[in-house]
Amino acid sequence: MSEHSEHIVSPKIYLIIFASLMILTATTAYAATVDLDGYFKGLNVIVALVIATCKASLVVLFFMHAYYSTKRTKLIIICGVFWLAIMLFLTMSDYATRS
Amino acid sequence: MATTTTAPVHTMPRDHYLNSTYGIRSWLLTTDHKRIAWLYLAGVTFFFTLGGIFAAMIRVHLLTPSGLLVSPETYNKLFTMHGVAMIFFFLIPSIPAVLGNFLIPLMIGAKDVAFPKLNLLSWYVYIIGGCFVLYSFATGGLDTGWTFYTPLSSVYSNSAVAPAVIGIFINGFSSILTGMNFAVTIHTMRAPGMTWFRLPLFVWAHYATSIIFILGTPVIAITLLLVALERTLHLGFFNPALGGDPILFQHLFWFYSHPAVYIMILPAMGVISEIIPTFARKPIFGYTFIAASSISIAVIGFFVWAHHMFLTGESTYAALAFSLLSFLVAIPSAVKVFNWTATLYKGSISYDTPMLYALGFIGLFLIGGLTGLFLACLGLDIDIHDTYFVIAHFHYIMVGGAIMGYLGGLHFWWPKITGKLYPEFLARIAAVTLFVGFNLTFGPQFLLGLMGMPRRYHNYPPEFQVLNVLSTAGASILALGYLLPMVYFTWSVRYGKAAGPNPWPATGLEWTTASPPPTENFDVTPVVDWEPYDYKNRPDLGLTAPAAPLAPAHGDD
Amino acid sequence: MHRTGELYGHFQTLEQQKDSATLGMWIFLATEILFFGGLFLTYSINRQTYPGVFADASKTLDLTLGTLNTAVLIASSLTMAMAVWSAEAGKKKLIPVYLILTLILGTVFLGVKAVEYHAKYVEHHIPGLPFQFEPGSTAATNAHAELFFSLYFGMTGLHALHMVVGVGLLLWLLRQSLKGRFTAEYNTPIENVGLYWHFVDIVWIYLYPLLYLIDRHK
Repeated sequence: MSEHSEHIVSPKIYLIIFASLMILTATTAYAATVDLDGYFKGLNVIVALVIATCKASLVVLFFMHAYYSTKRTKLIIICGVFWLAIMLFLTMSDYATRS
Repeated sequence: MATTTTAPVHTMPRDHYLNSTYGIRSWLLTTDHKRIAWLYLAGVTFFFTLGGIFAAMIRVHLLTPSGLLVSPETYNKLFTMHGVAMIFFFLIPSIPAVLGNFLIPLMIGAKDVAFPKLNLLSWYVYIIGGCFVLYSFATGGLDTGWTFYTPLSSVYSNSAVAPAVIGIFINGFSSILTGMNFAVTIHTMRAPGMTWFRLPLFVWAHYATSIIFILGTPVIAITLLLVALERTLHLGFFNPALGGDPILFQHLFWFYSHPAVYIMILPAMGVISEIIPTFARKPIFGYTFIAASSISIAVIGFFVWAHHMFLTGESTYAALAFSLLSFLVAIPSAVKVFNWTATLYKGSISYDTPMLYALGFIGLFLIGGLTGLFLACLGLDIDIHDTYFVIAHFHYIMVGGAIMGYLGGLHFWWPKITGKLYPEFLARIAAVTLFVGFNLTFGPQFLLGLMGMPRRYHNYPPEFQVLNVLSTAGASILALGYLLPMVYFTWSVRYGKAAGPNPWPATGLEWTTASPPPTENFDVTPVVDWEPYDYKNRPDLGLTAPAAPLAPAHGDD
Repeated sequence: MHRTGELYGHFQTLEQQKDSATLGMWIFLATEILFFGGLFLTYSINRQTYPGVFADASKTLDLTLGTLNTAVLIASSLTMAMAVWSAEAGKKKLIPVYLILTLILGTVFLGVKAVEYHAKYVEHHIPGLPFQFEPGSTAATNAHAELFFSLYFGMTGLHALHMVVGVGLLLWLLRQSLKGRFTAEYNTPIENVGLYWHFVDIVWIYLYPLLYLIDRHK
């Protein structure tokens, strides 16, 4: 089974992704200077993490060709992220529920 | 049919992997998975012996209530070094690195693992990690417990913590490399016709173990690195005096160390799944369920770690969640025990040594596993946490389970690995000796725990002495049970009878090639068109029933 | 090590060989997620416990340099992806061009980090060496700020170490590409080094907001 189809991702796509990543970087830098925590406590960090996840997703899907890859590769990526999420979520839940 | 009186006389093949090249360089620079298995066998046997010596000293010390042998500080070092040597350098590598390395390519019909050079590298990394730990043992020892709780380990201990944690950190990469190698090998190197559901359950067990190696080990690696940095640079991650958090260490530590216990048991369960059908002359009951249960244990095992932390101030909600999940993870293990038992039912059972170990495993793992549920029970854990009940529980699993699985596997595949038969009568005596010695050592410890004897204490109230003496007596018998195989296995390499390709006989690709196998494993790449454990339908092995059609393959990759 | 795309010893087909290599790299990256993950967990718990000090400490980092470095690294991911494309499209002459560009951008990143680390050194913000946060800080503030900087140096340091390894891999690829070893049929090493490089970029994508952008609005 080959890792991804013979499909070659074109440079045009890469440039679009690159431009998006630059815009998102500028956005997150700007958003950090806006007091979002005033609306909702913790909103600044949530926005920052959401933007970072968008950026990371673009890199994984297109630069790393995950969008075009086999189910197996996608499963490995999902498992890696999921296991990290377990570690973070369950640990922080313990902290959150301690008195 | 297992032990017929007219056994054919075999001779060793002329050329095989052991004599294909000579000299120390051909061993230390080998990329042959079978030779690398021998390198690991040497390493794990060394650390087992070292850990065993520490255990012997502990048991002798505990013969009297005030302690017989060593000072309290030295006692702390003994149980710590026993744990570190046994867990990280014996139990975790043992079955995967010795039996897994040797057998997985053979079982799937491949010439070697996917990355043979990485395989050799993983052994060197293991050895280097081991050297750091030995250096620690030799220059002040280690007294923090194998669990390295902070801030004792990172700040206050006066023992050689830094080299030890660096050694275990390095050793972690050995595990990661092995896990990567096995996972890729099982995905990509299977022979034509070897679909996922024709794989031996030993391979499924190692695939599940590889998942844990890959996803769990990196966390202990970074954690121990942080402890080393904290200790040497006086950083404050886990030190309350500097604003750090010891509970954070425990979360990070146990996130790996709980799944690590499944690393230690899953391969042993894989061995049992191979032995039972062979010596019951029956296909294994519920193949798919056993395969699925291995994966389930690997996955669910990652959700339960905080059951080691019930007494650290967890809220009732968190504790309930982890307690429930711990009960859940017992279910797939129980599925296996039911299926093994069902395989035995109406089987044609013979009591060769591997089967003795397998039967022993089932009983002892059952006790060890059920007592784990006692510990997962919140109210009960308050009383028995950090007592000898815990020690008895995990030794029933790790010794009664994992080590018996390892020894059973060594016996079962010894003819394949060396081409020689071990002496059966003596081996059965050793197996029974081990079983008796083991139960006498650790059975009393359940009672001691329930009576309140704490673990990691160098002395105890006089009313506990009788049980402690019994335990030490058992340990001396257990030691004999371990020594005997070391002696007769060594003897058999030189003087044993030639085994032939398939002495049992067993189904499985590894038994279709010579004993010992040639370096490339198979003269011709096998094409698989039979189901696993098909004891009724393998004319090539002399196992036939009235003509029955082969089951169709379950499915493809 | 086979460098010409020929079949290596124990593999049966070239496809199996390529499949194994790429699967191995993805699994390795999964281990790296958990490896860095332990540090991210430590960071999360500590930031939750000391939000004020973490914010103050974060503000002493140079936001311009951090943002610039983020842009540089993302650009290097672009050039790396273009290097892989050049190989897949059979444009052998372009491969070294893009590899060199990636190398330059990667080196710029490391150079900027060196500048930042030096600034921290001058301000006595490196843990382990005599650490002193703002003069007049309480012992507790000092200790908690030292936690932030331990994490800063630990996480960016581990990241930088991975970059250095990446630079080494790129140099190796450059050498092979100059010998014309990579073709449209055989470019697995570039693809796999690319995967590694992009992963290291992703780690930084998370490090940047978590380390540089704490409470910048205050």
